[in-house]
Amino acid sequence: MASDTSRLGFYLLLAPILLWLVVLIILPHIGLFVVSISEKIGPREYETGFGNYATFFGEPLYWRTFARTAIMSIAATALTLILGFPIAYYIAKLTRGRTKTTLFLMCMIPFWVSELVRTFGWMILLRETGVLSNFLQYLGLVNGPVEMLYNDAAIMVGLVYTSILFMVVPLVTTLDSLDDSLIEAGYDLGGSSAAVMREIVIPHAMPGIVSGCIVVFMLSLGNYLTPILLGGKDSLWFTGMIYTQFITRFNWELGSAFGFLLLALSSLVVFLGLKLSGRSLSETMGRS
Amino acid sequence: MTAPQPDLVCRDLTKTYDAFRAVDHVSFDVPQGSFFSILGPSGCGKTTLLRMIAGFQSPTSGDLLIKGKSMIGVPPNKRPVSMVFQHLALFPTMNIGENVGFGLRQRRVPKAEITSRVGQVLDRVGLPDVSARRVDQLSGGQKQRVAIARCMVLEPDVLLLDEPLGALDLKLREHMKVELKSLQAAFNTTFVYITHDQSEALVMSDNIAVMNNGRFEQIGTPHDVYHAPDTAFVAGFVGDANKFHAKISAVNGSQLTLETPAGEPIKVEAPNPNLSVGQDAVVFLRPEAIALATSDIGDTVNGSRGEVESVLFNGANSTVTVRGGQGDIIKVALPQTGDFGTLRKGDTVFTRWDPKKARCYPAPKG
Repeated sequence: MASDTSRLGFYLLLAPILLWLVVLIILPHIGLFVVSISEKIGPREYETGFGNYATFFGEPLYWRTFARTAIMSIAATALTLILGFPIAYYIAKLTRGRTKTTLFLMCMIPFWVSELVRTFGWMILLRETGVLSNFLQYLGLVNGPVEMLYNDAAIMVGLVYTSILFMVVPLVTTLDSLDDSLIEAGYDLGGSSAAVMREIVIPHAMPGIVSGCIVVFMLSLGNYLTPILLGGKDSLWFTGMIYTQFITRFNWELGSAFGFLLLALSSLVVFLGLKLSGRSLSETMGRS
Repeated sequence: MTAPQPDLVCRDLTKTYDAFRAVDHVSFDVPQGSFFSILGPSGCGKTTLLRMIAGFQSPTSGDLLIKGKSMIGVPPNKRPVSMVFQHLALFPTMNIGENVGFGLRQRRVPKAEITSRVGQVLDRVGLPDVSARRVDQLSGGQKQRVAIARCMVLEPDVLLLDEPLGALDLKLREHMKVELKSLQAAFNTTFVYITHDQSEALVMSDNIAVMNNGRFEQIGTPHDVYHAPDTAFVAGFVGDANKFHAKISAVNGSQLTLETPAGEPIKVEAPNPNLSVGQDAVVFLRPEAIALATSDIGDTVNGSRGEVESVLFNGANSTVTVRGGQGDIIKVALPQTGDFGTLRKGDTVFTRWDPKKARCYPAPKG
């Protein structure tokens, strides 16, 4: 009896997550996959085949955009790590008590505002008639207005800005758990700052680095708003392309194929990242 | 020829935090190959002192010399000292061999030489064949030895130890005391050991410095510190002692006569010139300096009659507390020779002690 009721409790607790997984993730993906392998041969006439995927590989604009999205996302992840690590190290190791809490909060406060508003903030700063452009003119460094929006650098700034919190939080958590005496022992045994960082701090922070990178990479790859608003019409971001297929071109079959390719890409890159860092996914997610 | 210069010399070393002086004009030197302990209660400044020697904190004033060279302004990674941390600080991301080889890698020693030197030092601490193991696969005592090996492989001039035995259980701690001492003798390296545990300091050290409130109260051999404490603090902190407050009623050379608040006379022989008639004083008396008898021994010096208050059996360290006629309680070591095996609460006993065995100091003001 007792085991029956506890088993019932287990299934009841499991039900929401199962429901969420099956109804919102697995079923739509099966649907999308079915759509993605249907080729349109005439009005309301479909045939099963991989023609949609062939279209993707046959059209350079599609796969170049795809590759560009992947490379830019990896670059954004690397940049976020390079910027986020010193911030996290400072918060976790060089501050105490109130200062620490305040700094941590200051990292989070911008995220209380919607992403859309934050991105518009960047547009106000960077556009031709924006704050930065006017400031440069005021200083006399440039003669006319400068357009700083609608290029890859603007996209990169936006991506790093949107996702840096998701890098800083896991890094602060793992660096916090690093005993200060380990760092001191490293110096005491003759290690230089670089050696202590490389041999003691970074290996310890590895779980945080890997999980932060996975999250930031996925967020960048799947980001729609930032590349479109900051990169303009020529942003050529793959999510934008999926949107176009579904909404503008009404070509759900190709759009679904694109969606699946993006899923495959993010899985592949995460897998490679884990292989390179020599960690398993469960280990990474479990520890941070 | 001059005497070989000491490995470590501190001169008027001072560390001040805002209004608080953690280390106050400390001067000492440690000869090569000796085991020097700094003993003091927590918060006495001993950790600050050790961290200044290691280079993690810089002194406000004073000088620190290792092998005759001033270490002021030298960062910790450039000092010829190594430190065994309180919680050992073995790197959990490396295996034992990598841990021990860390310092050598920093010095860019060739790889083959690192392997052989790591093997040798692990042999010397009695842990061959553990190189490939992870840190969490070792027991507490083994980790301790690895931490020492990790420092000793660098052949430091001075090895600093920050209460490394604190985290071990009692049995292992007793064992490690002996082992540390023999390791120190085997490596013939100067050890500076800080602890709040007087038994660790007494067992292992060649010299002990007793520290309190940032100052050294006394530097001496374990025997001196125990039997001839310089100050009231040392007498009270090192070893067990009965403490009486009394007023000096007569001084005759080194012979003092004191009177307890209850009016009982005490005779103490103390070569302390700072005491004069009428002054308040504290008298310290070791429990083992008091002789116990079950029958009256007549009117002897410092003899009194009392009643057993309680018997605290602790093997060889058993004691009885005796309540004297005036209600004062003294602790007396209970010899385990069998003579007092039947002693029970409420029994009448007679105590007496030699005036030479007690120590007398001026009472602290206020």
